[in-house]
Amino acid sequence: MSNVLIVAEHSNQSLKKSSLHALEAAKQIAARSGGKVVGLVMGKGVGEIANEFARHGVEVLVADDARIEHPLAEAWSKVVEKAAKEISAAYVVAPAASQSKDILPRVAARLEAGMASDVIGFGGEGAEITFKRPMWAGSVIAEVEITTPVKVLTVRPTEFPPAQPGEAGAVNALELPELGTIRTQFVEFRQVKSARPELTEARIVVSGGRGTKGDFSPVEGLADELGAAVGATRAVVDAGWMPNDLQVGQTGKTVAPELYIALGISGAIQHVAGMKGSKVIVAVNKDPDAPIFQIADYGLVGDLFQIAPELQKALSSK
Amino acid sequence: MGRIAHGAVEEIVKILCGVKRVEDPDQKIKVNPDGSWIVLDGINYKPNPYDEIAVEEALRIKEKQGAGEVVVVSIGGDDSVTEMRHAMAMGADRGILVKVDGRVDSDAAARLLAKVVEREKPDLVILGRQAVDSDQAQTGQLLAEYLGWGQATFAAKFESLESDEEKAKQPGLQVQDGKVRVIREIDGGLEVVDVQLPAVVTTELRLNHPRYASLPGIMKAKKKPVEELTPAELGVDTTPKVKVRKLSAPPERKAGIMVPDVTTLVEKLRNEAKVL
Repeated sequence: MSNVLIVAEHSNQSLKKSSLHALEAAKQIAARSGGKVVGLVMGKGVGEIANEFARHGVEVLVADDARIEHPLAEAWSKVVEKAAKEISAAYVVAPAASQSKDILPRVAARLEAGMASDVIGFGGEGAEITFKRPMWAGSVIAEVEITTPVKVLTVRPTEFPPAQPGEAGAVNALELPELGTIRTQFVEFRQVKSARPELTEARIVVSGGRGTKGDFSPVEGLADELGAAVGATRAVVDAGWMPNDLQVGQTGKTVAPELYIALGISGAIQHVAGMKGSKVIVAVNKDPDAPIFQIADYGLVGDLFQIAPELQKALSSK
Repeated sequence: MGRIAHGAVEEIVKILCGVKRVEDPDQKIKVNPDGSWIVLDGINYKPNPYDEIAVEEALRIKEKQGAGEVVVVSIGGDDSVTEMRHAMAMGADRGILVKVDGRVDSDAAARLLAKVVEREKPDLVILGRQAVDSDQAQTGQLLAEYLGWGQATFAAKFESLESDEEKAKQPGLQVQDGKVRVIREIDGGLEVVDVQLPAVVTTELRLNHPRYASLPGIMKAKKKPVEELTPAELGVDTTPKVKVRKLSAPPERKAGIMVPDVTTLVEKLRNEAKVL
């Protein structure tokens, strides 16, 4: 029996949506491996988050303790290891987001497991599962095999639908393992506050590139009209025009909204890697030969400083 | 581990940085016809961009202290010496090449690095957050676990980058009292952590802008020593835990249509794509 441990991410207040997408991936693995899925929620005061997770048809272990209030990889990896051993997990799965990317490799080392990052799909036959993941900024999709008995994965939330609510699973406490000396100390967290939806969870994303010349007002104006998140390219972030938190691409976030509007973005491979999974792509660029038009569903040649406000007006007048 | 106490502030004596030779990320990467690997003809190579940031950070720490040694380690074939020489031209003091045939996975790389760390006993290891070929982003964390050290991944700075003569070449990592303070760029904001030394740190793009190699630097680098080691000498079995079976091109996204104006665009988005 090959059980699957799914490690949830949360904000301390609520479960992150990425955890439900990763749960769906875990369920797909379990359906093939013949095991069951067990969730793991860690932190302090996270009982309600564990209940919320369990309502998506999954049994949940909850490690709720002041000693693991902050997600420090040294400590949390030991808790994941314990949970994995307790349920005889053959797979440990988590969303490909910064917290799990920090922690899961340490889990893999502790479990003598091979690990695949940013998994976007599965191959192979039956219980023999291979993992599809991007390499070279998504220019290539590799199908990889993990040769160890335990397999550790982070999965791209945008590539799996969210798990739907189902019959609530049992929630059981997981006692902490011996944490030993933890050499890392949490000092502070500076949250980026924004009234706009989070980039990776938004239904619509409006992004700006070099063509904005650093003036994001047309991008933000259109985004706010649509209730959309704002994104940016690496060039914009490197120029210091916008914070890196908004970067879409290989070195930033991967998004797959229903509508992605690219303003003044040329369409470098690096950027496209982070947004090509979007359902509908609109590109506005002055250069008719910009590569972004080769992947856009609707292209409009023109100056974003003229077109974005016009589009904003057309939408508001409805 | 070889730290010298100077009153309350301790000094870092040795910093180890990883430097991986990777395909230049600005060129088109294509899968070869049998899907066994990528087309290598005519490909240019570069040091992994995140690793250059690691080397830059190590150099700034050394310069701020006025003392210390920066050692670069590469795992690869003889040609990886080119990328190490680049790091030495930036200012790194010497190189160690762990010579392997073919490729190793992140886990084997981490186990090889752990053995090099045991020999070299650095106070701080700085690696890139990921190599832009395999894009796994695992080696630093694996290394920290194998060494039993603390880690701080995705090291950045509070403000976006850089200039004012690249912020007067100050390091983002603050070393004090046997600890390194690291600003980590994570989902939703920035997290600050203190990690006891020795520690492993991995770099994010917003940590620094690496310097260019100067001509005198390039000349000096030619004479800097490069030690060669093998996995056998280090006692590491590099059999991969993760094997690449096959590569393929990602599904192509078809180009759509060009629209003449905003009115047409809105009409299409409403009635054809139905996303508004």
